[in-house]
Amino acid sequence: MLPRLELRGITKRFPGVLANDNVSFAVKPGEIHALLGENGAGKSTLVKMIYGIMQPDSGEIYWDGARVTVANPKAARRLGIGMVFQHFSLFEALTVLENIALGMDAKIPGRELEARIRAVMTKYGLLLDPHRTVATLSVGERQRIEIVRALLLDPKLLIMDEPTSVLTPQEVEQLFGVLRTLAGQGCSILYISHKLHEIKALCDTATILRGGKLVDTCDPKVETSRSMAEKMIGAGLKDIVRGADRIMGPPKLVVTKLSTLKLGHFDVPVDDVSFTVRAGEIFGIAGVAGNGQNALLDALSGEVHGGDSHSVTLDGHPLGLLDTTGRRKHGLCAVPEERNGHAAVGDFSLSDNTVLTARDRLGMVVLGLINSGAAKTYTGQVIAEFAVKALGPGAMAGSLSGGNLQKYIMGREIMQKPTVLVVSQPTWGVDAGAAAAIHQALVDLAATGSAIVVISQDLDELRALSDTLAVINMGRLSSARPTADFSVEEIGLLMGGVHGVDEVIDAIPA
Amino acid sequence: MQFRLEKRAEPSKAMLYLTPIGAVLLTALVGAIIFSLIGYDGVRAVREIFVTPILNPLKWQDLAVKSAPLIIIAVGLAIGYRANVWNIGAEGQYILGGLAGTGVALLTRDFSGPWILPLMIVAGMVGGMSWAFLPALLRTRLQVNEILTSLMLTYVAIQLLNYLVIGPWKDPMGFGFPQTRMFTADQLLPHIIPGTIVHMGVPIAVVVALAAWFVMSRLVFGYQIKVVGSAPNAARYGGFSVNRTIWMALLTSGALAGLAGVLEVAGPFGRMVPSFPTNYGFTAIIVAFLGRLHPIGIIFAGLAMAVAVVGGEVAQTTIQLPAAAVGIFQSMMLFFLLASDLLVRYRVRMVGSNRVEVTP
Repeated sequence: MLPRLELRGITKRFPGVLANDNVSFAVKPGEIHALLGENGAGKSTLVKMIYGIMQPDSGEIYWDGARVTVANPKAARRLGIGMVFQHFSLFEALTVLENIALGMDAKIPGRELEARIRAVMTKYGLLLDPHRTVATLSVGERQRIEIVRALLLDPKLLIMDEPTSVLTPQEVEQLFGVLRTLAGQGCSILYISHKLHEIKALCDTATILRGGKLVDTCDPKVETSRSMAEKMIGAGLKDIVRGADRIMGPPKLVVTKLSTLKLGHFDVPVDDVSFTVRAGEIFGIAGVAGNGQNALLDALSGEVHGGDSHSVTLDGHPLGLLDTTGRRKHGLCAVPEERNGHAAVGDFSLSDNTVLTARDRLGMVVLGLINSGAAKTYTGQVIAEFAVKALGPGAMAGSLSGGNLQKYIMGREIMQKPTVLVVSQPTWGVDAGAAAAIHQALVDLAATGSAIVVISQDLDELRALSDTLAVINMGRLSSARPTADFSVEEIGLLMGGVHGVDEVIDAIPA
Repeated sequence: MQFRLEKRAEPSKAMLYLTPIGAVLLTALVGAIIFSLIGYDGVRAVREIFVTPILNPLKWQDLAVKSAPLIIIAVGLAIGYRANVWNIGAEGQYILGGLAGTGVALLTRDFSGPWILPLMIVAGMVGGMSWAFLPALLRTRLQVNEILTSLMLTYVAIQLLNYLVIGPWKDPMGFGFPQTRMFTADQLLPHIIPGTIVHMGVPIAVVVALAAWFVMSRLVFGYQIKVVGSAPNAARYGGFSVNRTIWMALLTSGALAGLAGVLEVAGPFGRMVPSFPTNYGFTAIIVAFLGRLHPIGIIFAGLAMAVAVVGGEVAQTTIQLPAAAVGIFQSMMLFFLLASDLLVRYRVRMVGSNRVEVTP
């Protein structure tokens, strides 16, 4: 049988990097094929060339045995290649139907399009009301729009870019069901991910990239998660080392009835949140994206005031009305989810970015004058301690890869030895090696008696890292329990909240 | 076939510094062509405007005197622009600075002493700040765009000036001319080079630029301005209030425009007259960008713009070029600068039509 898609010797070079180096592999009809690799391994570049967003420098693409040049995404769709991106391109104020209509190449009358959408939804069990406004939908439901949009074109190859990073465990299962049905009907699926247990559960074949080169094509059902991870990073994987029987100290961070105001139309504020984190404790907060995590981080870091000075206390000091500088002076540091433009300024040097949050705690300002020498020295220490790949303290933050910038930001805060550290998505988009280093640094910081809050959408991360866990949904926090007492199903149901599975069953009116 | 702008991975540093020079050269070239087409001697016009002021030593003092207010105002505007605060009303703040200085001068004309001039200068800066106060208040309280409010207040300032010189401040011995009394010796800026018109305002401009350079590169204040300008969310995270920064940026640029105003009225003018607004406040916007919003760059840009201003006056007398010609040259300079900036940051790419090629 001819492969549906075959790549032969694909090479793509960017200034300074070889993104893909002579990559060859084939995807059979009806096969679910995983494309695995760390960040920067060249997965996205490869997929962009298949979908016509970029052209390879050399190498050939074969489609059903015929050599093709995919000039642009429209051409790719005409061939029968569909793609669901990691970041959705949806208009929040429009309905599902309107969003799909906007994305179609051909102009189809509304009524006919709606009929076709309903047909596709019923066929694959993708339940969704076409007339709902996107803003009211959960992330999982939004992803379904993108999938429906791709399926309307009857694709012969569907590319999924990290589709599960924003889904609850139950939603992941539903998605896998849809993908298996599709594959059963002969549609090939190219599945990009770095979640190894998902690949083991779903995929028939896995192609592993490292540094732009193909290192292995293997059967994930035979491999273990660990063996695949080691192929991805090209080295042995380190486990988190933590002290055997740690004893939690007295309460450090106490949050009491914290609420924030709704700022924008689609903003999810924090609603009456209370929790306590003790010295030495890592407190995990799970939740699907867009459930108030950003508002919670801002309210804890001091970017937004809760309106009550006792809503946030550290060692009994009321911090509720202080700004970020005031809270840092008391020992509360924070790292928001968005790296570029929030946790760091892209067109500033790393040294200047150090001044952003470390200037007061480390005495980098005397009488309004910035001691740039001290900033440079500290930045050099962060770079060395956290193995940040950068030219030096003078390197522009925007020139670093996402993972390296994250290592720098985490290092910048951790090395200030905060009493309380609040981090959101500490390893989002960071490769496995760097993620392990960041996790270890957080555990080590907790071991010195700091209280740590980790807000994350990555359940594996939270289960590995946190002592205590709570789930945030629509701005409200569940009660906290020791992580070991939660089952994955339970966490998933809490994460789903009102957007849970029960509601969508009858979401598709006739 | 269509054209598309693509962001460059990294704009070339050299190009960033070369484009202002390129913009001036292009302005000269296109200016020569335009003025030839409308019946003037285009090459001579360009020579009179861009070369004569530089080659003729008699014109150097004019360059110094014209560039000083441009530099002072542009340095203030650039601080605001770095913070993404768009004060377009420096002209009004400049007028208020002149009026406040004049007010003090009129009140102190029966006194003498070295304290009068510094008092006038402080009053001028406060006057400029007062005219920036309203846009800052409206922007921080009600999110009213400062571009509109600061610009519109300029016209209020002009009316206020006219009212004062025609009404309460009119010189009783002035044969009915709408102007104030001459300032006394203690109220006029001393000349620093005897026998020339170069006054104290010139070294003050250089000091202002150098001080701004120090503030922007070394002080937390400058850091705050830059963070708010390039990443407001990061500024909030770093503990800098965006609103406080808007206040500081607007008040600083207002104070410096007011300083330029009081230095002009106590220097070249010597009294307040209706022709006091000379568009320095608007021209300084071009100077700020031509100088890449950097205080040292602004010194050179201020000199370059003064060349065009002085040269324009030369060309008016020697080849009867209309006064508006200078305006055309100035706007071309800004236009070419912004256009070449776009090309430094983006590249133009031709994009083919949609097609699928199948090669057997």
